[in-house]
Amino acid sequence: MSTLHVRIWRGGEEGSFQAFDVPRLESQTVLDVVTYIQRSLDPTLSYRFACRVGMCGSCAMTVNGRARWTCRTHVAKVATGGLLELAPLANLPVIKDLVADMTPFFDKWARARGRFQGTRTRKDDFARVSPDTEQRRLADAGIECIGCGVCYSSCDVVAWNPDYLGPAALNRAWTLLNDVRDADGRARLAAVAGDAGCHACHTHMNCTERCPKGLAPTASIAGLKRATALAALRGELAVTE
Amino acid sequence: MRSDFRARNHPAYWAFIMHRISGVGLAAFLPVHFWALGQALQGEAALDAFLRWSEQPLVKLSEIVLVLLLSAHMAGGARLLALEFLAWRDWEKSLLAAAAGVSIAAALGFALNLFF
Amino acid sequence: MTSDGELSVRAQVLLWTAQRASAAVLAACVLVHLLTMIYAVQGGLTAAEILSRTRGSVGWAAFYALFVAAVAIHAPIGLRTVLSETFQWRGRALEATVLMIGIVLAVLGFRAVYAVFI
Repeated sequence: MSTLHVRIWRGGEEGSFQAFDVPRLESQTVLDVVTYIQRSLDPTLSYRFACRVGMCGSCAMTVNGRARWTCRTHVAKVATGGLLELAPLANLPVIKDLVADMTPFFDKWARARGRFQGTRTRKDDFARVSPDTEQRRLADAGIECIGCGVCYSSCDVVAWNPDYLGPAALNRAWTLLNDVRDADGRARLAAVAGDAGCHACHTHMNCTERCPKGLAPTASIAGLKRATALAALRGELAVTE
Repeated sequence: MRSDFRARNHPAYWAFIMHRISGVGLAAFLPVHFWALGQALQGEAALDAFLRWSEQPLVKLSEIVLVLLLSAHMAGGARLLALEFLAWRDWEKSLLAAAAGVSIAAALGFALNLFF
Repeated sequence: MTSDGELSVRAQVLLWTAQRASAAVLAACVLVHLLTMIYAVQGGLTAAEILSRTRGSVGWAAFYALFVAAVAIHAPIGLRTVLSETFQWRGRALEATVLMIGIVLAVLGFRAVYAVFI
């Protein structure tokens, strides 16, 4: 049985990497490695996970320099030299060890008006949305986001401009904008426009490159850029509360 | 915590680096370019004097670099316009290759004509 | 503009739109410019050769005037983003600086167009 050399971030914003040796197993995921360390070597190690099958979006970390979902990242894929370096997600405050504070990330979803606002009540019939419509297709393209924060942590514009809403919140706004049942479109356009919104995006495509679900937030953001620019030209980009 | 180069090592990010360097470079060069052409206000001889000065090898070399910056900024910018304004999915990497090809071809064309 | 000197969101979006619109114009202008350059540098550049092409030519003057106008819009907006991202610079002083850059580029540029036209 071979050994995997692991370096893990310990501490908060200030801290250092601590080395561990972990038995290398077949089909081992990065999350398996972290769990082994916490259960067998150092119970004070803090990390976050829930579903272990790529649905909940809670186990994302920086693995050998790149943000990844750890539950579905095989060690064989990333630790080519037998080395694994694990750190908390970048661009977010560090709480402890591998746990990043997701508050700014989710606050920005709220600021981008990422909440569905319908008009129907339980007394109304179902809304029927045909899968063939253009809007349904556009919403579908971005709907599988699990909110893991990998894109946000990979985005340079977030690092340069702390007010920037980031790829996930903007992608969410774009899917809602294409949801024909949603009634908050105008206010949402105003919320996602400008220097802190979609227009700050430089199409680096870090988010699209790293999204574990294979989504293209860059494409969603481009859609928002066009929609908001059109609204601004028409004088319809009013902030309404 | 900030990520390092490992998070940025992919073609679209290199394209951004090139776009930013060429953009800032061209913005810095433009006033010089405009001033040089403005020499024509003092007559043909003044402009010619500047053009003779610009025939030094080092200036010629920087001209080729400038043409590369210009063509790269144009081709890269056309790529960005396509990504922002056209519906897209899977062709963004071919677009990048095309942009790189166009800019290198333009700079080569300029360099060859400059020397031969 | 808001009280603390930040541009309104609508103004920010219009700046972005202006930069993209000018970019589209510039893409065409730069293509012509590149082809002209590659053609013109054959056998070396002389003032006589350049000026014989541009002097009194309304077509070239109009082309270069459009070129200068587009670049005087495009470059300052790009530099505004670069300055703001690199130095965390925002607010009234940044907008004023960027506007100055645009004016300087326009003045120098139109002067150059005039210089090779007359």
